Amino acid sequence: MRRIIAVLLENEAGALSRVVGLFAQRNYNIESLTVAPTEDQTLSRLTITTRGDARTVEQITKQLHKLVEVVKVMDLCEGAHIERELMLVKVKACDATRQEVKRTADIFRGQIVDVTEDKYTVQLVGPSEKLDAFIKALGNMTILEVVRSGVSGVGRGDRVLSV
Amino acid sequence: MAEMLSGGDMLIRALQDEGVEYIFGYPGGAALHIYDAIFRQQKVEHILVRHEQAATHMADGFARATGRTGVVLVTSGPGATNAITGIATAYMDSIPMVIISGQVESDLIGTDAFQETDMVGVSRPVVKHSFMVKKTADIPAVIKKAFHIASTGRPGPVVVDVPKNTTDPTVFAEYVYPTSVKMRSYNPAQRGNGRQIRKAVDALLNAQRPVIYAGGGVIQANASEILRKLVRSLRCPVTNTLMALGAYPATDELCLGMLGMHGTYEANMVMHETDLILAVGARFDDRVTNNPKKFAQDAQIIHIDVDPASISKIIDVDIPIVGNAKLVLEDMSRAIDSALLELSEEVRASQVERMNKWWLQINQWRGEHGLNHALQADAAKSILPQLAIQTLYKVTNGEAYVTSDVGQHQMFAAQYYHFDEPRRWINSGGLGTMGFGLPAAMGVQMAFPEKHVACVTGEGSFMMNMQELSTCLQYGLPIKIINLNNQALGMIKQWQDMQYGGRHSQSSYSDSLPDFKTLVEAFGHVGFKVTSAQDLEPTMQRAFSPEFKNKLVFVDVWVDPNEHVYPMAIKGGSMRDMILSRSTSAEES
Ligand SMILES: Cc1ncc(C[n+]2csc(CCOP(=O)(O)OP(=O)(O)O)c2C)c(N)n1
Ligand SMILES: [Mg+2]
Repeated sequence: MRRIIAVLLENEAGALSRVVGLFAQRNYNIESLTVAPTEDQTLSRLTITTRGDARTVEQITKQLHKLVEVVKVMDLCEGAHIERELMLVKVKACDATRQEVKRTADIFRGQIVDVTEDKYTVQLVGPSEKLDAFIKALGNMTILEVVRSGVSGVGRGDRVLSV
Repeated sequence: MAEMLSGGDMLIRALQDEGVEYIFGYPGGAALHIYDAIFRQQKVEHILVRHEQAATHMADGFARATGRTGVVLVTSGPGATNAITGIATAYMDSIPMVIISGQVESDLIGTDAFQETDMVGVSRPVVKHSFMVKKTADIPAVIKKAFHIASTGRPGPVVVDVPKNTTDPTVFAEYVYPTSVKMRSYNPAQRGNGRQIRKAVDALLNAQRPVIYAGGGVIQANASEILRKLVRSLRCPVTNTLMALGAYPATDELCLGMLGMHGTYEANMVMHETDLILAVGARFDDRVTNNPKKFAQDAQIIHIDVDPASISKIIDVDIPIVGNAKLVLEDMSRAIDSALLELSEEVRASQVERMNKWWLQINQWRGEHGLNHALQADAAKSILPQLAIQTLYKVTNGEAYVTSDVGQHQMFAAQYYHFDEPRRWINSGGLGTMGFGLPAAMGVQMAFPEKHVACVTGEGSFMMNMQELSTCLQYGLPIKIINLNNQALGMIKQWQDMQYGGRHSQSSYSDSLPDFKTLVEAFGHVGFKVTSAQDLEPTMQRAFSPEFKNKLVFVDVWVDPNEHVYPMAIKGGSMRDMILSRSTSAEES
């Protein structure tokens, strides 16, 4: 079961290493992790995607709570939520494939953010599955680089995670 | 105007203001400014150990016996890493401890400077929290927070790493010790949820075969008193974990003794057959539950714990109650009392009837395979280790503080010394740290100079921290060490006997043991060697007599090297699956 966990963390040196250490120490897996300060500079917001059965996920949220610097934890998948990930893909785009790359990017509502004679860099934002699908759609084209930000998530409507 | 102090003085002043009496420690370069500050005052006494691991165990023993936070001071690098085993020991058993470690100067951090270790990093998995002091002015607030975190909620060790420049005697800052702590991210649970408590009381009153499973949390929360009241109002059987011996009095008829891997037959049978478990401050450790899939299949479970992460971690719980054990039990006891008053005579009678039936069954189990606590000394045979503990119990009237190490001797002590009070039995339950016993006993003796403190150890464990005999002489600690000498790593040998066809790989050293009597004499203490059962009691009597009131006495008891600890859980089984002696085992499911 894939889960997206949002965490508000004191924005202090060493706090992030405690979160990451907890996952390693307790054998929980991290699929992706994003972190940045919030509008309140004393807080960082993390989005962690992980996998595990119900008991493991419950333990993860409880163990996160136990960390002294963790202020709030929310399992976004427990209710309606939005998830977004940003991806930059650099592909070879020569004569024959140049049109093809452009067309595929358009279909996925991607933007070409860097252009050279034989390369395009496409920027794509969306749920992780959409990014996966885009890579698949590129099919036999030559992908030179893929950079993904990891998932950021937020609860819908009244589901607000704040202090 | 606030007082201006250097960082070193601030640190020690903060400890004074925190009410600290003893610091257990060992000096080194990065901590020398702090040591100089210690020299310039009298209020806090520093106890100089011979190895930093011992400092942590001493602070730990002190904390377990008193309930107050133990304090450790070590230097950077090797001083800090030597402390890790003791920090991990305290962490596993949730013991309040503050460890102050010297660190290289802030500018040098990350340069592989002399005696630099990333202490915050190295200790991270075994601390409740840690701090790195950034500047001198932060010291009072950091110390205040460290003590607050260490001692509240589920207690645990907190590391404060102090770069040398922040304690510079020529740099001053304002000293004001905070009166309170506010942290938005740290709010430990207090009272339990009222609705859950009512549900639990209902379940307790309607159970056919209830049992109370008390863990170390009962002792931590000072909830023994209220537990007694609650148990007696229900006449409910109680079993204590290894961490909770004394939480409920062992000599009380409602007490089943310890449960788990080497628990009593009756305690484990009750846990298997029960229809309602009230777990208080216990964590369903694998040494208790045996195979979780086969654990107490018919039971509904109520779990009171201050740490929500302990609830439903191993075993699914039906009625979770997050809160301080004492506060929750108080609320629960009140609810039980009024519920009992409201019961009609009829219902009350049928309830008494149910409990009578349950007790009939329990007493039958007791009679069949309970431990024999009336062992006789037989001069013709080698000394049974169990007899040595029974004798210790008798000689000390059951009133001693008993610390232990790890191995067979620990289990024999847990089984045969009956603790009627909390905080008297002090052992490393979660981590199982050999070498814990002697330094822990030293910490206890520092806290209670007038009390009998016995350290039950094995020759293997004792040799892991025996350098502390020197510390004992320096501070005049009259500990009585009972060494159950089976000339081997007995517990390892037992497993090899039972699971490895008797192949004793690296578990024996009988031809190279020191003469312990001479050894302790060389350290300036008193030693006795006992090889015959008839000398056991007179020697122990003498060791605890006024003759040696101010002396450390080491009693080297040569016990039967072939003895095993029984009962022993059958691996992978349920709680009723036990080996009871070399030739018998209880039913295997
Ligand atoms: C530091 C440490 N190393 C290894 C072990 C594994 N271990 C558990 S019991 C034991 C044997 C202990 O021997 P001794 O102290 O003589 O006690 P006995 O079992 O003989 O009573 C060992 C090696 C441990 N618990 N702690
Ligand atoms: Mg031994």
